[in-house]
Amino acid sequence: MTLGRVVGCVWSTVKHPGLHGLRLLFVQPLTPELAPTGRRIICTDCTGAGAGELVYWVRGKEASFPFLPAEPPVDTTIVGIVDTIHLRKADAEPVAPAPAPSAPSKRKGKK
Amino acid sequence: MLIARVVGELVATQKHPSHEGRKLLLVQPLNLDGSNRGDAIVALDAVDAGVGDQVLVATEGFSAMTSVGRPNSPIDTAVIAFIDAIELVPGVA
Repeated sequence: MTLGRVVGCVWSTVKHPGLHGLRLLFVQPLTPELAPTGRRIICTDCTGAGAGELVYWVRGKEASFPFLPAEPPVDTTIVGIVDTIHLRKADAEPVAPAPAPSAPSKRKGKK
Repeated sequence: MLIARVVGELVATQKHPSHEGRKLLLVQPLNLDGSNRGDAIVALDAVDAGVGDQVLVATEGFSAMTSVGRPNSPIDTAVIAFIDAIELVPGVA
C-alpha cells in the first residue's frame, strides 16, 4: 500500500462495463514527509475520497476486492483516507493532511 | 518479503472495513547495510510492531491478507515479523 494525494479525477464514457459507477482519481504518490515521489497514477476509489485528500491505496488483484462480488478490471484502488501521520522524529509535528497543495493564500484588505 | 524499518504510523478514520482494528504503519524498506531502499510504503500490522522496529514485510496479497486474518480484503502489504538479527555468510553475501 502506498501513501498519496488525490490531485484530480478522470472522466471516461466509453469503458469496460465493469468500470461503470466507479470513480477514477488521479493520485500523486508521496513520501512520509509528503513530498511528491514517482509518477502519478489513476486509482478507483471505495472510500469517497475527494480532491486534495491524503489517501492510501492498494495495488494488484486486491484492488478489486472492495467491490466484491463484482470484479472490476482495476489494479489500484484507494482504500483509506489518512487523517494524520505520526513520524519518528521527536521534533516532527503530527502531519495533518492540508487541502490541495497551493501557494500560501494572502489575505486581501482589512477584515 | 522485505527488510524494513517502521518510520511512522498512519491514522485513518474513513477506510475499508477490513482495515479496522489493525495499526497502519509507514515502513521504509532497507538494504542489507541498513540504507534506505526505495520509497516508504504503508503496511497493515500483524505483530504489533512500533516505530523504530526492524521488521519483515510481506508484499504480496495472499500472504499479507491471511497474516492479518482478513482473507479476500484489499490488503497487499503487511508487517509479519520482527527482525532480531541478520547473519550473513562471509564470502557469500
